[in-house]
Amino acid sequence: MAYKPGSVAVVGAAETTRIGVVPDMSQIMLHADAALNAMADAGLQPKDIDGLACVGQMMPQQIAHYLGITPRWVDGTGVGGCSFMLHVRHAAAAIAAGYAHTILITHGESGKSRVNATPRPPEPESLAGQFEAPFGPAGPATLFPIPVLRYMKATGTTHEHLAMVAVVQREWAAQNPRALFQERVTVEEVLASRMVAYPFRLLQCCPVTDGGGALILTAAERATDFPAPPVYLLGSGESVETTMVSQMEDFTSSRAFRVSGPTAMKMAGIRHEDVNHLMIYDAFAHLPLFGLEDLGFCARGEAKDFIGEGNTRPGGKLPLNTNGGGLSYTHTGMYGMFALQESVRQVRGTAPAQVPDVKISVAHGVGGMFSSSGTIVFGKDRP
Amino acid sequence: MEALHPFFLPVSKLAEIPFTGSKPEPTPETKHFWDGCKSGKLLLQRCPDTGRAYFPPRPFSPFTGNRAVAVFEASGRATLYSYVIHHREVPGFTPPYAIAVVELEEGPRMMTNIVECPQTPEALKLDMPLEVVFRPVDDSISLPLFRPLKEGA
Repeated sequence: MAYKPGSVAVVGAAETTRIGVVPDMSQIMLHADAALNAMADAGLQPKDIDGLACVGQMMPQQIAHYLGITPRWVDGTGVGGCSFMLHVRHAAAAIAAGYAHTILITHGESGKSRVNATPRPPEPESLAGQFEAPFGPAGPATLFPIPVLRYMKATGTTHEHLAMVAVVQREWAAQNPRALFQERVTVEEVLASRMVAYPFRLLQCCPVTDGGGALILTAAERATDFPAPPVYLLGSGESVETTMVSQMEDFTSSRAFRVSGPTAMKMAGIRHEDVNHLMIYDAFAHLPLFGLEDLGFCARGEAKDFIGEGNTRPGGKLPLNTNGGGLSYTHTGMYGMFALQESVRQVRGTAPAQVPDVKISVAHGVGGMFSSSGTIVFGKDRP
Repeated sequence: MEALHPFFLPVSKLAEIPFTGSKPEPTPETKHFWDGCKSGKLLLQRCPDTGRAYFPPRPFSPFTGNRAVAVFEASGRATLYSYVIHHREVPGFTPPYAIAVVELEEGPRMMTNIVECPQTPEALKLDMPLEVVFRPVDDSISLPLFRPLKEGA
């Protein structure tokens, strides 16, 4: 069942008490720490939650039992780091359908410390195991940037343009005491940092951290009964393309982005100029360029100049990745939850680097290596 | 130093180095492809409705769902579509080494390594012509790799 724009709202939102390096918490406790903080934010207890979404095999069962929740609705959709955008979308539909009233979405990941969180390589019988793994990829840093050289050739984007993405996001991170990296950097410093996987250097790749976050959603009719101002869900979108980056249809554009982004904006009934604040999941420096273009904020090949001319930096007309992004704020492995948290903070007016008068914020996520996408449009006012 | 890099060696010499990377395990739907590689043939499948070739293998057309697909031998010619050059140690690979995607003459793209070639941005030019070679890694698997196409070939 479809939900109407503004009929569901976020009434609780929080991250783990600490993020970055948290070796004294296992992965499941990072989920719980974020969930307890979000419940405190909303003035709720586990008995008040009747729906639960989280990503990972068996995770809804584990988290429900650990937190003492008896859900009437669960969602374990796992499409990578944007799964939380899909959880928000599915939760809204579930609330509209009456399957649950108060839904908790959790994320926790011990990406850095790996406490009860062992990474698993693709199985050798899987398609990625047969047709990518034998050629030497070793994690996202070797796979996500595979399309970049083709994108650069097709659009005239330079190494300096791609360095500028990291520079601008560090300007935002410099205003955020919770950001992992807060020191400003220059294009020259980015291009002098250690080569990881050409064309990308260390400062164009996200760190890997520990942390988590949680959201609580309910029907808009109840949303003003909670301590924090409601953040209304105006639109949402989702899509998937492939688990293999080598098989994406177009190396200069993500099909999943082109489905998810416009679906969300159309549902919200907004135009690009209505968006006051934008989050684009940035595990690597090319993602904001793909996001700006695939969501229609820029024409093909123009995102490099849009960022280069300062439109996305503090004081620019479209503030982008204002927590510092995955590149500078934190990246547990599934960053989408943190993009959503920053959108909620910006709409509430509580962000460390607050943009004045945010009425509409878009949070756009990616999963895997351009494998999947989810987009959420949040609004301050109920339409 | 460049001349000593395994991916700069002739593929016949590369084949003498034990492969310690991740080996593919064929499934019923992909066995013909890997059997083809073992016998020195790059096999693709073609959609009976659109005539378009596709990859990776599956026993139906991803364009129309038609199961009546035909297997055929590709020309083995390709162009370099995109790549990264990885600079860290990975089991079975000597850094720096390129992880590449090539576009086959018949249209599909596939991930591979570029051999008999320096692993540098200067040597690895996008759209350069390539040809398939096969690196035996055990009794049942040969990996399809690509090398620069010689002038006049």
